[in-house]
Order: sequence, then structure tokens, then C-alpha cells
Amino acid sequence: MTKSSWALALVVAVGLAFPAAGVSAQRGGTLNMIAWEGYTQPQWVKPFEKNTGCTVHAKYAGSSDEMVTLMRSGGGNQYDMVSASGDASLRLIYGKDVQAIDPNKIPDYKNFGPAFKAPPNNTIGGKHYGLSLQWGPNTLLYNTKLVKPAPTSWAAIYSPKYKGKVTVPDNPIQIADAALYLMKTQPSLGIKDPYELNSSQFTATINLLKKQKPLIKKYWALASDEIDLFKNGDAVIGASWPYQTNTLIAAKAPVKDLVPKEGATGWLDTWMVSAHTKNLDCAYKWLSWISTPKVQAEQAVYFGETPVNSKACPFMNKLAKGSCATYHANAPLKYFKQIHFWKTPIANCGNGKNDCMDYTKWQQAWTQLKG
Amino acid sequence: MAAGLDAAEGVKRDRPGARRRLGGALWRRPWLKGLSLLSPPVLAFTLVYVAALVALFISAFWTVNPFTSELIHHWTLDNFRTLWDEPAYRTVAIRTISIAAAVTITDALIAFPFAYYMARVASRRTRGFLFVLVLLPLWASYLARVYAWRLILNSDGLLNWSLHKLGLPPANIAYSNTAMWIVFSYIWLPFMILPVYAALERIPHSYIEASRDLGARGGRTLRTVILPLALPGVVAGSIFTFSLTLGDYITPVLIGGASSQFIGNVVYDSVNQSSNLPFGAAFAVVPVVVMGAYLMIARRLGAFEAL
Repeated sequence: MTKSSWALALVVAVGLAFPAAGVSAQRGGTLNMIAWEGYTQPQWVKPFEKNTGCTVHAKYAGSSDEMVTLMRSGGGNQYDMVSASGDASLRLIYGKDVQAIDPNKIPDYKNFGPAFKAPPNNTIGGKHYGLSLQWGPNTLLYNTKLVKPAPTSWAAIYSPKYKGKVTVPDNPIQIADAALYLMKTQPSLGIKDPYELNSSQFTATINLLKKQKPLIKKYWALASDEIDLFKNGDAVIGASWPYQTNTLIAAKAPVKDLVPKEGATGWLDTWMVSAHTKNLDCAYKWLSWISTPKVQAEQAVYFGETPVNSKACPFMNKLAKGSCATYHANAPLKYFKQIHFWKTPIANCGNGKNDCMDYTKWQQAWTQLKG
Repeated sequence: MAAGLDAAEGVKRDRPGARRRLGGALWRRPWLKGLSLLSPPVLAFTLVYVAALVALFISAFWTVNPFTSELIHHWTLDNFRTLWDEPAYRTVAIRTISIAAAVTITDALIAFPFAYYMARVASRRTRGFLFVLVLLPLWASYLARVYAWRLILNSDGLLNWSLHKLGLPPANIAYSNTAMWIVFSYIWLPFMILPVYAALERIPHSYIEASRDLGARGGRTLRTVILPLALPGVVAGSIFTFSLTLGDYITPVLIGGASSQFIGNVVYDSVNQSSNLPFGAAFAVVPVVVMGAYLMIARRLGAFEAL
């Protein structure tokens, strides 16, 4: 290289380096996030970092309980954001680990489906502790060749007809599925909300699950386990997520899923902001970005869930034909009414008394049920 | 400058002397040699291993605030009381110990004839080949081998396919405790074969000849000469198969059915799901106690000489 070309290279390098450095000093920052695997894909994180100068560091958590533990580690100032599911969000709110946000600062908030603007798992007394993100129902999955007639009710997984061929998730929150079934079939128990169970309602629910246990082939822990069970004929009916149904159908397995007539439970994830964050500015930028229709669609199609932004549908169909209808992103309000979204069971269930069974009780009962 | 050089040379000259003196001191006092050789590993062992066990044991007497998951450093026997009072935990402990025992017996029964053949019948070449056969599975990932068994035992798996070809009814053992017993027995078999082989190989041929000379038939020689001499090897192998099964929690998740929780699974759930480390610690004390008792019996039976 000649002297002059060295000088030129130096000028170019300085020119390239300095604006970038200036940008990150002015508007940059780092967001340390706890997320579900697949929630911070480069596909939508890279453009965010480029546009805002905020850097994203994500740590994947394996369970809702791990998310709560991580948010509280190191005095709660290690992480800025968390993609909490409904079975974790109330614990974080009441534990004062997360802060209230102003949804009106999020441009796309007005496009959210009405069920997701202030759901009870992230909004308390009109205060929004985070922004709803994506959701999915817990459906009834069955083998169309071996389960006849086609089921219409959750009764199918409590009846001995398919003994030894039933599978349900290995998760304490699964107790709510049984409670929902009892809420509709045994009104005398007086269950109003499957997540708010007093002692006698809880006992009745656990008894139903105890009766169901001999019918169970396996309590599945991983989605791939359930896929294996259905593929190999070890299970013919069970509680599932749309992800498994879609994977099985793609593999040409004869399966179908539905939301039975009693309704279904469902998960609704929320991006929450740590009470101790130093990057509130970046956090709001992330909330705005992640709720735009295009990013909502990208995440929905990548993960197999439903966006809360009602404008995401055309983007979904562009990414994967028919995916909007597959994931019920365009479903009418009536559809959401039958989905009871996960929320953390707590002792205070709104009647002024602290007589509901809290999540610790649910966990203990679940471990003891599996025995 | 000159003084500095001098001093340096002085150090140089001094060094072999010091080394020799140290060597002499160690030679005169053998305990000093033993101490200096042993203290680093013993120190590491105490710090890393014993300290961890003690920490585990201490935390078993604490509790957790159910809502905030914070540790409450207040001494209580509550965790142990729950373990004792709640029948589900007893069931889990009994299941874990029984399957570990069943796996150990199965492995001993399979390993003995195999090791006997290897040690006393097979030619040198065959023996080498059999060694490779025993050790080869250990090179593959544990998870890969467990998943392979899942493919074999499935409703539509290799086992039922073979049974169908033979005109037999299908075996419905996928995702059950029977499946766990089969998979554990397979996975830990090499750990039984090797010590039994070592014990059998050590029996001098002259003992067996003497037994024959005294008129004992094959069965009697086996019962009164070979078995008692091989027993420490079997017990040594059983320490591995028993403790490895006792501590496992992956195979129950992948191969087990609706009632297949092991102690390890409950510990995992209480730490990971309920953030209740103290309860997990309390339950983890159970296999430690069981293994302690087991090792004491094993020592009586001479297993430690066979290791």
C-alpha cells in the first residue's frame, strides 16, 4: 500500500467508526432479557439493534419458575426484561420485581385485540405491568383414526374408554384444566375461575386428577415427547398445544385438535420490565418494536402461536400461507371468551378472604399426584 | 555488580544442598512424605466434596418463603416431617430403591456368566473382542442410548414389530417401570461386568484343580470355590449399578410412565419448579443415607479389595 492509500483507509475507518460510536453513546444501551427460547430470534432482534442502538442479551429460561428465580437473582438488578407467562406474571408483580408501564407510549397498543389490552394476568387495578405479546390455547388433540366418534368435550380424557392412551402436560398449572372441566360439569362446586380454587374445590379437582391417573400413559414434559407418543401410537388423545398439532400434521400423522365445548385454558405471554432497570428507554423501544404487526407475525410463525396485534394477519399469511387462520389470529371475540388464560394461583382470590390455594399448594399437589 | 553475581552463584550452589537436605528429611520421616503427597488431594476433596455435602445437609433444615422464594434461615425439621408424613414421597423413595435393587440383581445375573466366559474360557483374541464389545456402548452418549431404547419399546417399535412377525401378541411396556428396569439394566451392565471379570481372573487355576482333585464336581466347585472368591467383585460392581440407578433422573423422564418419579425427579422439581432448595436437599439426604448403609455392608463383604 502507498502512503496516500493508507491515509485514505484511515480516514474511511475513522469515518465508519465514529458515527457508530456516537450513536451507541447517545441512544444505545444494553437490555439483559430472560426469554423463552425462540422469542429473541436474530430475524427481529438484529433490525432492532440496528435501528435503536440498543443491544439485546438474552438468557433462555426453561420454565416459568426458572424465570421468577432469575428475575430475583442478584437483588433483581441483573435483568431488564422478562417474557413472563401467565403462571409467573402475578408472582413477579406481587414480588415487586417488575414495574408498571404506560401502554399509551406503545404505538401499536391500540391495535391489540380487546382481550389482550388489560388481561388479569398482567394488569392489576388498572395498572399495566407489561405488554401482552403472544398467546396460544391448550387444546384437545386426538388421533382421528383411533378416536371415534370425534370428541367434543374434555370428558374424553377423563373416561376409561382410552385407558393407557391418554397424555397430559407435566405442569402444576394443568390442575386448572381439570378445574375448568368441573366448573362446567359440576356447577354445585361453585368454581367461578379455574385459577381461584378454595380448599374443597381444590380437593374435588385433585380427586378428578387422581381418578384420571390410571388412564395416563405419560405426563409429557417436552413438546417433542408428546409428538413421539402420538407418532408411535402410545397415546391417542391428550392435552396439547397447537405447535404439536401442526408438527404432527406436517409429518402426515392422522391428528386433529379442538377447543372443546367447555372451553380451554391458554397461555398469554407478557414482556415485563424489571423494577430496577437502568434502560427504561431501550425497554420501551423494545416493547414498541416487538408489538409491530410484522415482528408479531414473524414471531408467531416462527414459534407457532398467535399474535395479540390484530393487524398481524396479512404479514402472517405472507410468511406462511394460511397461518393466520391456522392460529386463530383472525378469530372473533367469541373465540377468546372461551379461553381462560393462565394466571398464578394466589391465596387472595378477590373475595376479601385469603382462602384460595396458592401456587405452592398446586405444585405440592402435582408432585404428590404423580407420586 | 560483582557482589550481585556472587550472591547469585551462592544461591545456585546452595540449591542442590537444600534439595538434598529436604530429600533426607523426607526419607527419615516417612509420615512427612505421606502428608505432603496426600494433603493437596485431601484438601481439594474436603473443600469440594465434603463441603458441598455439608452445605446440602444444612440447607435441608431451612425453609423457603412460598411467595417470594426467599430462603428462611431458621432451623426446622419441617422438610423431613413432610417427607415422612406424605405417602407420595415414601412411594417415590421405595420405587427408586426397589428399581435400583432389581437392576443390580439383573446385572449381576447377566454379568457373571459373561465375565466367567471372558476370564476363564475365551481365547486371548476373543477376550479382546469381548472387551471392546462391553466398552463400546460407553463411547456413545447416554441420551442417544436411552432414546434408542425408546424406539425399540414403542407401541410401533422394533420389539412389537418382531413379536408380530413371530405371531406373538404385542408387549405393552413402553413408558413404564418395566421399561425403566430394562433400560437401566442395559446402561449400567458394563460397570458390573468389569469388576466381576477382574475378580474371576484373579482366582488361581490351582484352586480349581485342587477342588477337582478333592472330588468336587463342576457345580460344587462353582458354589464353594468360585462364587465366594468372585463375590467381592459382584459387590463392587453392585456399588456402581445401585448408586448410578439411585441417582438417575433422566431415564425416568424419557422412559418412565405416569407413575415413574425417582428421588432425583422430585429433587429437580422442587429446586426448579418450586425454587424450594431446602426440600430438595432434605430428599437428597435419603439416597446419601441409603448409599452409606450400602457401602458399609459392601465393605464387610470385601468389595473394597476387589475394586
